[in-house]
Amino acid sequence: MSGHTDMVLVDKKGIRIDGRTADEHRAFKIEAGVLNNADGSAYVEIGKNKVLAAVYGPRECHPRHLQNPSKAIIQCKYNMEAFSVSDRKRPGPDRRSIEISKITAEALESVVLTELYPRASIDVYIEILQANAGTRCAGLTAASVALADAGIPMRDIIPACAAGKADGKVLLDLNKEEDNFGDADVPIAIIPSTDEIVLLQMDGNMTRREFDKAIKMAMGACHELYDVQKDALKRRYSVDCKEAEPDEQ
Amino acid sequence: MEKRNVKPSREVVVPGDLLDDSGNRPGENTYVRDGKTYASVLGVKNVNSNGISVIPLGGQYMPVAGDTVIGVINDIGSSNWMVDICAPYPAPLHVNEVPWRVEFGDTARYLNIGNVVMLKVLMVDESKKIQVTMNDSGLRRLEGGQIVEIPYAKVSRVIGKSGSMIQMIKNMTDCRIFVGQNGRIWIDGDDERATVAVQAIEMIEANAQSSNLTEKVKAFLEKNLPDSNEEE
Repeated sequence: MSGHTDMVLVDKKGIRIDGRTADEHRAFKIEAGVLNNADGSAYVEIGKNKVLAAVYGPRECHPRHLQNPSKAIIQCKYNMEAFSVSDRKRPGPDRRSIEISKITAEALESVVLTELYPRASIDVYIEILQANAGTRCAGLTAASVALADAGIPMRDIIPACAAGKADGKVLLDLNKEEDNFGDADVPIAIIPSTDEIVLLQMDGNMTRREFDKAIKMAMGACHELYDVQKDALKRRYSVDCKEAEPDEQ
Repeated sequence: MEKRNVKPSREVVVPGDLLDDSGNRPGENTYVRDGKTYASVLGVKNVNSNGISVIPLGGQYMPVAGDTVIGVINDIGSSNWMVDICAPYPAPLHVNEVPWRVEFGDTARYLNIGNVVMLKVLMVDESKKIQVTMNDSGLRRLEGGQIVEIPYAKVSRVIGKSGSMIQMIKNMTDCRIFVGQNGRIWIDGDDERATVAVQAIEMIEANAQSSNLTEKVKAFLEKNLPDSNEEE
């Protein structure tokens, strides 16, 4: 959205620079339980994005003044590694990462049954190892799998996906070039079982009709991503459960 | 949990999975929306006469009144000790709840930081404030031996059906073993035999999902105990 380019982002046949069609998302890969020392963890690849999420808790909340006597709070930290982008990213929290941490925490709060753990805190750490546009969606996707892996009670798992507009066409799951030189980017996250939206942002301009189309495409991709998320969690235990029989409890 | 033999379905569910829409009674780790029951944690679906519930595969120990747990003292106050019982909340042990008469400010003489104690959860209130006690039979300070920590979700496998697993390990290894509901296990006995007992526990932890575990552990113990042949 920031720059201009002579690059043709979508060619006459409707094929994008990475060979996808307008309504095609990048390849998903999710793995749950990749870290031993965290209570729950997940690794997500969406195209060239590589994201690691870890969850600790519920545990005692420090500092004490953040405690909520009626429910648990979710503290989220989104961090981009210095090597995650082609120019070195200056390490440390900045305006952008603080914003993403906040919206991620709020999205997760809408599904986690926080009222079961008054005064506690659930800490979510999202590390972007490699970025190629759409990391907030990939981060949230990873975080919700990590929360489920940590055994934290929640209503549903939330998938997140972006849609946008580049070269005058509505596209699903923008890559870096389309994000940088395109017209708009709309990341959304949903609760798949009810289709409630828990995260919605828009950067750039679109008409109302284009927006509706983008939301519809992103919703569809979220549902596909949701199946991959569930599969990742189930796969973690499927090996043992093949032979599982209820002999003792 | 008793009638597990009536062919329960063993299906791994994730949060948000629909468990039932026929109005079965919703049990633990589930939630209800529009009259349908959904899973709220990652676990194994469990249907029985008490309704439909999910047995968690992970997660943190949540104390329940009446649980016996193993705690480690991590702070001393003038009239209480703070005990770590692997729960999300701190557990204070008040001087009135110990079997000794403790003068005010004299707490460190009885229990010090790092001491391991067997406790009972006395009460957990609505805001999850925990109280623990040592005033019950069998509760005491644990000296010697070693502690093994396992995920609390696997404690039931270590205990086995009506205690069959733990009883077998105790009998065969000749060790004193105490299993806390919070996933801490204390083992004391002859060095070599205690090591085998620890290995057996670790084996249960690694194979918690497999069937016929009692048999497998029995075979393991028979093979690894130094003098099991003479004993049998």
